[in-house]
Amino acid sequence: MEFFLVTLLNSLSYGLLLFMLSSGLTLIFSMMGVLNFAHASFYMLGAYFAYQTSVYIGFWPALVVAPAAVAALGALTERYGLRTVHKYGHVAELLFTFGLAYIIEEIVHLIWGRAPVEYRIPAILDFSAFSIYSTQYPAYRVFMMLVSVAMLAGLYLALTRTRIGLIIQASLTHPDMVEALGHNVPRVFMTVFAGGAALAGLAGVIGGNAFVTEPGMAASVGTIVFVVVVFGGMGSLAGAFAASLVIGAVQTFSVGFDYSLLSLFGILGIQTNPESGWYDLWKVTIAQAGPVLPYVLMVLMLIFRPKGLMGTREG
Amino acid sequence: MMNQRPFLHGRRLLTWAATALVLITLPMMFTQSFAISMLSQMGIAIIFALSYNMLLGQTGMLSFGHAVYFGLGAFISVHTLNAIGDGTFHWPVTLIPVIGGLAGLFFGVIFGYVTTKHSGTPFAMISLGIAEMVAACSLMFPTFFGGEGGISTDRAAGEPFLGITYGPGVQVYYLIAGWCFLSMVAMFALTQTPLGRMANAVRDNAERARFIGYNPTRVRYMMLILSSFFAGIAGSLAAMNYELVTAENVGVVASGNVLLMAFIGGVGHFFGPIIGATLVTFIQSALSNYTLAWLLYFGLFFLVMILFAPGGIASLITLHKDAWQVSQVRRLVPAYIAAALAGLIALLGLIGLIEMTYQVETKAEQSGTGMSLFGIAFDAATPTPWITSAAILVVGGVLLWAASRRVRASWTAVALVINARRSA
Repeated sequence: MEFFLVTLLNSLSYGLLLFMLSSGLTLIFSMMGVLNFAHASFYMLGAYFAYQTSVYIGFWPALVVAPAAVAALGALTERYGLRTVHKYGHVAELLFTFGLAYIIEEIVHLIWGRAPVEYRIPAILDFSAFSIYSTQYPAYRVFMMLVSVAMLAGLYLALTRTRIGLIIQASLTHPDMVEALGHNVPRVFMTVFAGGAALAGLAGVIGGNAFVTEPGMAASVGTIVFVVVVFGGMGSLAGAFAASLVIGAVQTFSVGFDYSLLSLFGILGIQTNPESGWYDLWKVTIAQAGPVLPYVLMVLMLIFRPKGLMGTREG
Repeated sequence: MMNQRPFLHGRRLLTWAATALVLITLPMMFTQSFAISMLSQMGIAIIFALSYNMLLGQTGMLSFGHAVYFGLGAFISVHTLNAIGDGTFHWPVTLIPVIGGLAGLFFGVIFGYVTTKHSGTPFAMISLGIAEMVAACSLMFPTFFGGEGGISTDRAAGEPFLGITYGPGVQVYYLIAGWCFLSMVAMFALTQTPLGRMANAVRDNAERARFIGYNPTRVRYMMLILSSFFAGIAGSLAAMNYELVTAENVGVVASGNVLLMAFIGGVGHFFGPIIGATLVTFIQSALSNYTLAWLLYFGLFFLVMILFAPGGIASLITLHKDAWQVSQVRRLVPAYIAAALAGLIALLGLIGLIEMTYQVETKAEQSGTGMSLFGIAFDAATPTPWITSAAILVVGGVLLWAASRRVRASWTAVALVINARRSA
């Protein structure tokens, strides 16, 4: 029970973090039809900017400075990169973001080196918030959840209750009509791209010190975020939310289970031969298989429901 | 553009004969062992990039997981070679690529069934997911994938045939060259078949292809299966060349690399990936000797290609062939010289900034901030070299901008002539 509750809370905070990433990606995708490969790179840049800011001025300013800097980079990417390659079609756009992710990783190598940097949880949040049975639950995890939820509420209100949000929603489905009504749709695109990048940057600020800030973080989170987006259904925010929580839970829970098919055979009384070729497969524990599970889930989803959880379109 | 000439007409026969001649004579001109090994790498890369282009260029499927078939083909080949060495399996070593290719084909049948139900962006993401899945699996099954260290083998394990043991590098080169030639011919022949034509139709407009009675999903599936066959051949040859296969061979980085090769060469032409594979292999081994930041330069080169020449090098070549035929190339030369000089200046400034950042941030702990670039020694901790480099970059950038306007103006004039000749 103790294990279950603690892991549940951990998976919730991780799932919310995933949603901060996948929401921006989903918005950008449904608006421009471009899957931004560099999205996780913006997450990584957010973490590194926050690290640098916290070295010079402190953690709290980093919460604003780092996302703002990432948003500016996002705006520049859209304005001078994506808009230039747009005329060459979707493949060129996708490849542009792919190349950008490549370069960002190399620049991070260049500036901060290949080893993880010491981006730490601020001392003021480094205490245990409450205890579940005998486990002290860290306050920073609670803080992460609060930031994510506040951000989600902000995003929801901004999209549904403000004028800008309404124009963004209209531009998602009817860009030509919105343009005919006198709005600057390219600028709306740039705003959305910058906003999505800022969300990723903010996720980097609060995720970088909870996990680890290193040059490989973009690649490891990036593919999981893609899995989330496919699993939830391309272009569906609600689907991305559900998928973030599911994938977050799968990844977090699997780490704790040290059972393999061998343990099942043991219970059933089946004898296995260590010499047989399949022995490797039998002895894989759920914890070892953890990294593969999200992809297996994605493939299963694609076989049985290609639209994804709540997707509206298929390909 | 459908021609009614036979498949092997005069000029095409000549091209293939020349290709074969080049493949045979290259190791006689470059006899050093590193040159032979680079040529072998190029041959492998050419097969792999061409097989990738069967998807991206011919069928319009952007895959981020093509190395899965390459890597699994390589692993199966390594296990086959080891079985031959143990004497438990009998098969000529020369024909190991057949087994690698069939292994690639087998996994293409399995994974392709899931991935090719989609096209466009979803296909790209799913191929990435499959690649990640296989990469993650590779650490779970150490018996097959060899864990972190990979699986090594001995390519000279088989019975010598007419004195060929595949011990010396040259013999492996000729094995690779032979398979490379066969694969090139086979893949080119495929573009001329009805299936190859239907693949182009599916790429251009899947809906219309469906209207004339073809199933786009089926066409994509068949193209993926065939392309994984050739990827498996390439993987098999790589396994024999390096005598070691690691989990990195199935990884996402390897998949990204083949994409870069095909794209830089040009996916719109059959010969594009051949140029790309040769060039990228050369850049990667040459540049990595000079600077630790070579991946960054390489990435920047890729971005510049996407932004300014999305058709790759092949499209630049055909563009200039058109200009050449109307004898207009001389009008472009002055603008090109200006742009090249300006680009060189900007590049010098950029290289200065990148190398200094690298020295200060990464290498300073071991070797201090003193460094030398292009024969000039200086201290990267002082502001002067930074200001100089930045100034060179800005000046070069402005000149490049001016020169690019000139290039564009010259091209507008040349394009007018080309169009006038065409319509005349």
